[in-house]
Amino acid sequence: MAKYLFLIPLFPLIGAVFNALFGYSIHKKKGEKPIHWLAILMPVASFVVAVMVFVNLASQSGEHKLLTNHLFEMVNIEFVKINMAFAVDQLSAVMILIVTGVGSLIHIYAVGYMHGDESYWRFFSYLNIFLFAMLLLVMGDNLIVMFFGWEGVGFASYALIGFWYKDVNNASAGMKAFIVNRIGDFGFLVGFFLLFWGLSGAWTEVGHHYVMGEEHFTITFTELHKLFANEEFVNAFKAKTFMGVSLATLVPLLLFVGATGKSAQIPLYVWLPDAMAGPTPVSALIHAATMVTSGVYMISRLNFLFSISPWVMVVITGIGALTALFAASIALVQRDIKKVLAYSTVSQLGYMFIAVGTGAYWAGIFHVMTHAFFKALLFMGAGSVIMGMHHEQDMFYMGGLRKKMPKTHMTMLLATISIAGLPGLAGFFSKDEILWKAFATENQAISWWPYLVWGMGALAALFTSFYMFRLYFMTFSGENRADRIPVTTHHGDDEHHGHHEIKESPSSVTIPLMILAFLATFAGYIGMPHLFHALPNYLEHWLEPVFETSTEHIHLRHGLEHSLGLEWGLMTVSIVLAFVGFFVAKRFYNNNPLIEDDPNNIPAKLKKKFAMFHEILFQKYFVDELYFFFVVNNLLRLNNLLSWFDGKIIDGIVNNVALVVKIFTFFAGAIDKYIVDGMVKGVGNIVFTLNRRVAALQTGRIQTYVIGMSAGLVLIIIIRYILL
Amino acid sequence: MSSYILSLMTFIPLFAGIIIASLAIFSKKKESEEEQDSLDGLIKWIALGVTLISFGFAIWAYFKYDPTKVFDLNAKNANMQLTEHYYWIRSFHITYYVGIDGLSVLMLLLTGFVSVVGVLASWNIKKKVKGYYALYLILIAAMYGVFIALDFFLFYVFWELMLLPMYFLIGIWGGPRKEYAAIKFFIYTLIGSLFMLLAIIALYYNLPAGQHTFNIIDMIKHADHYASIKILGLPFDKVVWLALFFGFAVKIPMFPFHTWLPDAHVQAPTPISIILAGVLLKMGTYGILRVNYTIFPHATMWAATGIAVFGVINIVYGAMVAMAQRDLKKMIAYSSVSHMGYVMLGMAGMTAAAMNGAVLQMFSHGIITAMLFMLVGVIYERAHHRVIDNFGGIAQLMPIYAAFAGIAWFAALGLPGFSGFIAEALVFLGSFKNLQPYVIIAALSVILTAGYMLWSYQRVFFGPIKEDMAAKYHYRSFKDLSIRELIILAPLAITAIIVGFYPKIVLSMMDGTLSALVNYVTK
Repeated sequence: MAKYLFLIPLFPLIGAVFNALFGYSIHKKKGEKPIHWLAILMPVASFVVAVMVFVNLASQSGEHKLLTNHLFEMVNIEFVKINMAFAVDQLSAVMILIVTGVGSLIHIYAVGYMHGDESYWRFFSYLNIFLFAMLLLVMGDNLIVMFFGWEGVGFASYALIGFWYKDVNNASAGMKAFIVNRIGDFGFLVGFFLLFWGLSGAWTEVGHHYVMGEEHFTITFTELHKLFANEEFVNAFKAKTFMGVSLATLVPLLLFVGATGKSAQIPLYVWLPDAMAGPTPVSALIHAATMVTSGVYMISRLNFLFSISPWVMVVITGIGALTALFAASIALVQRDIKKVLAYSTVSQLGYMFIAVGTGAYWAGIFHVMTHAFFKALLFMGAGSVIMGMHHEQDMFYMGGLRKKMPKTHMTMLLATISIAGLPGLAGFFSKDEILWKAFATENQAISWWPYLVWGMGALAALFTSFYMFRLYFMTFSGENRADRIPVTTHHGDDEHHGHHEIKESPSSVTIPLMILAFLATFAGYIGMPHLFHALPNYLEHWLEPVFETSTEHIHLRHGLEHSLGLEWGLMTVSIVLAFVGFFVAKRFYNNNPLIEDDPNNIPAKLKKKFAMFHEILFQKYFVDELYFFFVVNNLLRLNNLLSWFDGKIIDGIVNNVALVVKIFTFFAGAIDKYIVDGMVKGVGNIVFTLNRRVAALQTGRIQTYVIGMSAGLVLIIIIRYILL
Repeated sequence: MSSYILSLMTFIPLFAGIIIASLAIFSKKKESEEEQDSLDGLIKWIALGVTLISFGFAIWAYFKYDPTKVFDLNAKNANMQLTEHYYWIRSFHITYYVGIDGLSVLMLLLTGFVSVVGVLASWNIKKKVKGYYALYLILIAAMYGVFIALDFFLFYVFWELMLLPMYFLIGIWGGPRKEYAAIKFFIYTLIGSLFMLLAIIALYYNLPAGQHTFNIIDMIKHADHYASIKILGLPFDKVVWLALFFGFAVKIPMFPFHTWLPDAHVQAPTPISIILAGVLLKMGTYGILRVNYTIFPHATMWAATGIAVFGVINIVYGAMVAMAQRDLKKMIAYSSVSHMGYVMLGMAGMTAAAMNGAVLQMFSHGIITAMLFMLVGVIYERAHHRVIDNFGGIAQLMPIYAAFAGIAWFAALGLPGFSGFIAEALVFLGSFKNLQPYVIIAALSVILTAGYMLWSYQRVFFGPIKEDMAAKYHYRSFKDLSIRELIILAPLAITAIIVGFYPKIVLSMMDGTLSALVNYVTK
């Protein structure tokens, strides 16, 4: 099986290239069908191979299951050796299944959603290239291949966010996503250089040679894992410093900067909400289910590196918790259905970082998986709603869709319950596991840190439940408010909105919704908390060998190892919070016509009472404005200053020197002509003759001069030598 | 014939150029317009044929070249290959000495490729066709000559020979301020070459009596001698190193001697920009590696950090100034300044990986920037302006063009999968060992480059079509890429992608030479 691994990324690549080259003419001649059949077939084929790989992997004996597929050598110079190679272990196997599985469903969904778009072929080509890059990212056997995928998904995301590029706002959103990600990549790259430097030639005297027994050091994850399992090596790595900071702290922190870019954490989350400008399948696939989790995947992949330093864990959990809370608070008041989901995604990603920061890597991956299901479903459901509403995204004009779009309603409800953390559904299990681990795991740097992280996470859980049910009730309950859409604010390209009949989406849209709804409901049962001793935790068990090195560094706090009571207690708190959120949202928004002066409209009253607070939240804490004012503006100013400096100062000096020489040569020429014939030498002479020639050039035949001058110059040089 | 590959590669275009020039001079002027045209049409094809033949020779040289034989002073010709060695001016020990190693063979391939692209890009030139192609071919010959010469005098002759056609090509076929740009280019380079000339003379005369030579390989053997003597009370090798470096640095172009480049590019016709950025700039870094690194290993080590500093300035400063440009071509010109900085940083890294990265960057930049200038030329030919903000929505009108521009733009910003990424990664990884702070500052360019590239792409291609501009410049009548333009762009794009995924195809050719060079310099 190992030698067929390359097929998994190859299929989408074929689809992408084929549709890119021939899609346009096929679309014109044969319509949409051949385009989407190819585009769907490819990820499905990948999914089939991925399942086979998974089965093969599972049937391997022993703890460390691994399939590798070495394709070709890219670079082999000195200490840099890079192979195009794929490796699949338990962790990547899970990721491949999520990516190809959810990816295939979203491709199918896009058939309905993108129907009638003039660039239908281009969309599917991009979607396939995204899958190709994403699969490189999760299957790469070394950091470079991973980085190919890392940047590749960035490109695909750029192209897809700006897919409807005629609106300059969409294009800007794509650009913003790419550039903000590049800021993260800067950190990632520097971390990568430092890691590499820490491993390679520069310190052979301490040396990795005896560990590896090889001249060339490669950077495959398996070898890195072996290295970091070696205590002697880890101590040497900790002792090596750059600018006074231990590599064991610096490298993971810099890599984490990369993760904050790709996975939209503070301070680089700002691109994700804007990324919702892309078509909804894109939001579901890239900006909810797959790409944005790559930071979490990267940290899990390099878990042995991230678990060495307690301070790294403080930073990651801190950022994760802060992001979870911060983004959730923004989501409380947004009106655009996709914006709510976008901030919700940022917030949920925060939970995943809490998990990997605490060292509960499996829980992070668990949440990646359940989140992929329920959030993809929520986005796709939102897309279905937006289609039904004729491209209206403001929830204030929705309502009453329960009856009109029953399938969408049902699936969305399940997803909402799942994400809100009401007991029994997938989201409950993964989120609860994260909160428990955050509370119970010891932090060696700051002893009270776990309480803080847990507190923020729990508060964010309350917010989550509230804003999700707010979304649900505003969209589906009561009467439809489409008649209130002001004529001026029409979104998208739909000319006639509101007055059209609202009907359920086609089956290519609803069937993927139902499959995902099933997964969002039941996927939690593969990762049961260890409270229920009788039930096995398949996922943790499956992933355990990947994280075994780092679990040596991670301990539950003293006395908590066996305190089932506390775990029950915390779980109860989560459940209570989720229900509180639900009831408040129900009280506020269920069947609420949302008329400003209606006495039942509590949210409107609150909004009036806390107007400033509401405004800050609604304007997303003005972070974009602050960034623009302080960073972008100043950069542009600096650029203009440098450009002025380049033109006026540097080039000015050049021109003034030339002027001085010109004047000098003029006098020199005069002297030459009238006083001492043939005395002029050097620069002046050259410039002078040149000036004359340029003048002659305007009138004479240049070909003559070409030959004359080339011959002349050669002659002059030769003569000069002979005379010297 | 195989023992004359290098000479044939160089002199076929030279003689073809001279013949076309004499044809232009001696043909009667009274010929009717039609005959003139048919002759011009023929000359285009001849020029294409000649550049293709030379490219063929370059490919042949590549296949004849044995990468396992690396630089070794004790070996015959120091293991330079395909050598030809004849007396030229016996009394001054000047010889015709040519040969290649892993570094030059790659530059020959680049020259061959870009020169063919250049001819195709010149297809629509209507003004003084014979003169144009005569100069063009002489220019190509001079570039080949520079990359094969192993005699310093011969090197200098080719170096100067390249200057003249370039001057006229910009000065006659250029834009509105062509005279200014041409003369600036000419004088700047000439001052650089003047220093080079002085250095060559100094090198010649400071050899022990009876051993005077211009032979670069022999000069290398005297490296220790050069390092031990003094000139005007200063260490000889450092002074001469600086003089030579200045001559080459102007060509790179290195900050602060770079201001001729934007002017030259903005005024030059498209094919000349392609040649200029694609090949000519590489002659600067090539010269440093060929001459400074080999003859003055000690002085090179002494100056390495300095090269790195200027490399980093080029990278960051070039990128920031590029972001402020309003003229698309000027922006691309500054992106060249930025991208050539990577070459300098890699050269200063003093590891085999960094050096390979630097030379790969020379190749990669040649390919990618040729694509960029071609693309700018395509839109300029239609719109007759290049102001970024006056475009907008071009992707709707010229989708294939937009797609190719997308490829080129992303290749230039170093997206993995294109050759530029591998080159940059190798430069960074390799240099990090010796130059950590510089690499970290230089790595800021991943943000800045993405900034100016994507911002310009967005303003030109995305958004709605600006109606006032569309009416003024007739955007709506623009045709998408022609077959000829596709034939130019597609091979460049494919090359960038192949090297991006399988860089070994290039690295395996030069790794031996460059590793040996680094070992030699750092020993």
